[in-house]
Amino acid sequence: MINFSAVAKRYPGGQEALKDVSFALATGELAFLTGRSGAGKSTLLKLIPAIERPSAGSVLVNGQNVGALKRAALPYLRRNIGLVFQDQKLLYDRSVYDNVMLPLAFSAHPPKEAARRARAALDKVNLLAREKANPIQLSGGEQQRLAIARAVVNRPALLVADEPTANLDADSAARILEIFVAFNQVGVTVLIASHDQALIARYGKRVLKLQEGRIA
Amino acid sequence: MRQHRHAFAAAARRLSWPNALVIGIALALPAGGYALVESLRPVGASLSLEPRISLFLSPQARRADADALGARLRADRRIASVRFIPREEALKEMGAVQGLSEAIRAIGRNPLPDGFVVTTKEDLAGELAKLPGVAHVQADAVWARRLAAAAALARLGLSVLAALLGAALVAVTFNTIRLQILTQRDEIEVSKLIGATDAFIRRPFYYLGLLQGLAGGAVAVLLVAAAVALLNREVGVLAESYGSDFRFVFLPVAEAVAVVAFAGLLGCMGAQLSVGRHLREIEPK
Repeated sequence: MINFSAVAKRYPGGQEALKDVSFALATGELAFLTGRSGAGKSTLLKLIPAIERPSAGSVLVNGQNVGALKRAALPYLRRNIGLVFQDQKLLYDRSVYDNVMLPLAFSAHPPKEAARRARAALDKVNLLAREKANPIQLSGGEQQRLAIARAVVNRPALLVADEPTANLDADSAARILEIFVAFNQVGVTVLIASHDQALIARYGKRVLKLQEGRIA
Repeated sequence: MRQHRHAFAAAARRLSWPNALVIGIALALPAGGYALVESLRPVGASLSLEPRISLFLSPQARRADADALGARLRADRRIASVRFIPREEALKEMGAVQGLSEAIRAIGRNPLPDGFVVTTKEDLAGELAKLPGVAHVQADAVWARRLAAAAALARLGLSVLAALLGAALVAVTFNTIRLQILTQRDEIEVSKLIGATDAFIRRPFYYLGLLQGLAGGAVAVLLVAAAVALLNREVGVLAESYGSDFRFVFLPVAEAVAVVAFAGLLGCMGAQLSVGRHLREIEPK
């Protein structure tokens, strides 16, 4: 599903975030990406939906070289990737329900089907009861769950999350990770960046360690 | 198609009536000017801007011939006014012109003939030339030329005004859309992140520009109509005192529709310029 081959990322200031990253993530696999703060985890994850382009090497997602994609093709790539980032970018001018509906606005679903999917996604993350609330009224954990619901509502094949449990208490963090595991169990490929070693250890899944700009 | 309806609805929610008012007032000026020109056109045609025709008898003609001609002219109902200029008066008028008084004294006698100046609405120059005793006819086309030139100038002025205010409309829309884009910055960023195409994101803004323009055009037409109705209440009194039934005319329907459509088009243009310039700057980071 994901294939990094000798990927390097250099920023205009000369700073080298990634030096030589190579790894492959199989379809249906769940893996954790670890590394200390500033190691380049976020940069690595951003290469997948082509928010950043690699300075060298190739990033293949489902066989497509995303670094070489034209601007017009990016939306179609991103529709197939569920993104949960540290800056969740929830929209506070609308309800929880409308936030989840956003991705459905530009896929060709008839309104009833879209409503059904939105509610299903909210149900999966246990937020159906809060669908009319404003995101600002939600707790940190609930906001994170809303971000996940929005990311999965279009049933993407790939889920990428950057520190989804940061700033959450142990209980909420565990609950969030359970949701990811549940999605993985139905076949979604999942890549989660996290520096919560204790939490990761519990799942016994593959761990990609990012060190000195390389996967150790 | 559903996406267009969705975009249109989003735009309609964000329509700003103060903006529409600004556009409407701006466009009301050339539209009102046009209505004014159209109202005054029939008046101009019937005003006392009648062409003058000068008739000259031959220098040898006697005063009796002049009197006979004068009577004939006055009897003609097509002629509005007749003014007899005896040669002595003509000489005096000439003498008032600098440098000519010496020339006249040098000649010794009055070389000028008797003449008539008549005003008439019709082009009678050819016919009058054939009257007995008339040696020379001079049609004064100056007035006709003046009127045509004034009308052309007015139309040109209105076109310039319309162009300037049209540019203002585009600028106002450009700014409105820019502000709207900034307001929706977060939404745009998220949309790009989760896979909205550029076209999907642009559409509501194009519709907003279009609606803004159309609303402004409608306001302009309404303003002109209201102004005309208001003015007509007072102008009626004034016109009657002149024995006229003059009223300001409303913008004809075709022109009114054209104003609204033109405004909508300019709004769309402003939106396209603004979106092209500002949307690119918002990308997920």
